[in-house]
Amino acid sequence: MTATIPAAPSRPRLMKGNEAMADAAIEAGCDAYFGYPITPQAELLERMARRMPELGRVFVQAESEIGAINMGLGAAATGAKVLVSTSSPGMSLMAEAMSYMAGSELPILLINVMRGGPGLGSIGPSQSDYFQATKGHGHGDYRVPVLAPASIAEAVALVADGFEIAARYRTPVILLADGIMGQAMEPVVPEYRTPIWDTKGWELTGAAGRAPRVVRSLHLFPEELERHNIQLQAKYAAIAERETRWAGEELDDAEIVIVAYGTAARVARTAIERARAGGLRAGLFRPISLWPFPSRALAAVAANARAMVVVELSAGQMVEDVRLAVDRTPVFFHGRTGGMVPTPREVVDRLRIAWALTGARA
Amino acid sequence: MTTTPVGGRRIVYQRPTLLTDRSTHYCPGCGHGIIHRVIAELLDELQLGPTTIGVASVGCSVFAYDYFGIDFVESPHGRAPAVATGVRRARPNAFVFTYQGDGDLAAIGTAEIVHAAARGERISVVFVNNGIYGMTGGQMAPTTLLGQHTTSSPLGRDAAVAGFPIPITEMLALLPGVAYAARGTITDPGQIGKTKAMLRRAFESQLAGEGLSIVEVLSTCPVGWGLTPTESMAHVTNEVTAVYPLGVIVDRRRAATRKDGS
Repeated sequence: MTATIPAAPSRPRLMKGNEAMADAAIEAGCDAYFGYPITPQAELLERMARRMPELGRVFVQAESEIGAINMGLGAAATGAKVLVSTSSPGMSLMAEAMSYMAGSELPILLINVMRGGPGLGSIGPSQSDYFQATKGHGHGDYRVPVLAPASIAEAVALVADGFEIAARYRTPVILLADGIMGQAMEPVVPEYRTPIWDTKGWELTGAAGRAPRVVRSLHLFPEELERHNIQLQAKYAAIAERETRWAGEELDDAEIVIVAYGTAARVARTAIERARAGGLRAGLFRPISLWPFPSRALAAVAANARAMVVVELSAGQMVEDVRLAVDRTPVFFHGRTGGMVPTPREVVDRLRIAWALTGARA
Repeated sequence: MTTTPVGGRRIVYQRPTLLTDRSTHYCPGCGHGIIHRVIAELLDELQLGPTTIGVASVGCSVFAYDYFGIDFVESPHGRAPAVATGVRRARPNAFVFTYQGDGDLAAIGTAEIVHAAARGERISVVFVNNGIYGMTGGQMAPTTLLGQHTTSSPLGRDAAVAGFPIPITEMLALLPGVAYAARGTITDPGQIGKTKAMLRRAFESQLAGEGLSIVEVLSTCPVGWGLTPTESMAHVTNEVTAVYPLGVIVDRRRAATRKDGS
């Protein structure tokens, strides 16, 4: 039995982040989904469990996150458009296969709805997997594009973009959402689109009428592996050149610039409103691609700012990339951890401290 | 094997078309060459070459993809049944088999093989058991016999410290998702023929959509065991088969047929 996909509603619909991302993947033509129950992403798995079989597509609840991501590896090797989703502890288990897929150049979209850590941590929202997502999950020299939505509507759009980047560069892509992005509900007019998905003849279909193909990451001869790695690095350079994304808000006259992504950017927005009401001109620089990190754009913005304030739901991870990107502008940090979310008031206080401790730009 | 007359002579033995024309990296006396050949013959005979996607695992046999003329995907260590699940689900018309060693399947990959079996995935598993981690230098595997000397059990495997050999094929055969489970060996032409018949039945089971099929093949590792190739064959016959008995462990189609009285 196959069901038709209902037309996208033009009026705003109240959608939960996890379900909206599941729907976005389905509308993007996702062929196969593999997952394992973990809070706070379980609704994504449940949505796919109901809808994928209705559409005659593949859904498997795996025995573990290791199983899920390796099923994803196998399906991706056939050229299928694959989604896998998890939350932080599951992401750690998926690290091995991420390394293999980066080495084997397999496209896949992986959604990590982050929770508090380390260890089993909490099920509250967190951004404590920034290092893991952007600096490498598994072993080896590789990079993975990381996209971070700050609203459910943006999460919907980034699902399609993520599939497209995955196919264009033959690479895993991570959509990094925090627990609030997964659990919150907000009115959305979802903008669905079908991403370009061209496998260009590397996919495994059975070798009928052509030479056999092998999908692998093993290159035992050092010269061969180095050639492969040089080619991967060239690909990462191309991604850094073409796929860097960020958004700015109220930056034109901003003396102090908040750098924040995801839910932290939502908090920052309220803080900026209040700061401006009190006469402090603040603005927001919001990285959307966490790797590639928008370093050049941030440096340009920082050159005109008196201070930068990085806000994260972590003990300070992205702030390291901000400090690397920014030349002389002082960088302040405010973060909460463990499922706690910074309040606008805390952020405004930090803006005032940053203003008081720094001088105006010459 | 084809016996086409050529120039008045009949070819009674030749390289299967699906085995590539290159030397393998396997050590002298290693069983992988024989098992590769049997698989290639069967894929030829069942005309499965064009639709097959093989899943290579980690161990000596990781290079299997260099020796078969079919599509292949490499899997992380132990994960081949999960990878094969993804391949088979995404491409339901493909013929999918994994080729796994005993370290891969019976140690690091136990969760993946057990749950692929529980789900009754339509895949065939070629499980090559030589009782040792060959590629990394001959360490103890879960399948290593009690008392057997390896580089990580230098005084012999002691059950008090390292537990007992794991009869994982018998364990898997308990699961209803396993349509066919058998154990063969490659110690002489007769046994090779029997193993080939088991693999044929396993492959046909997948084609009939019956569930997961697994054939454990007791193999040799002369270098890892410190024995000559012929001593290794004798070791399998005399010692290994005593712990891991040969034969069909479960065949649910035959069992069902008997119940029907048909």
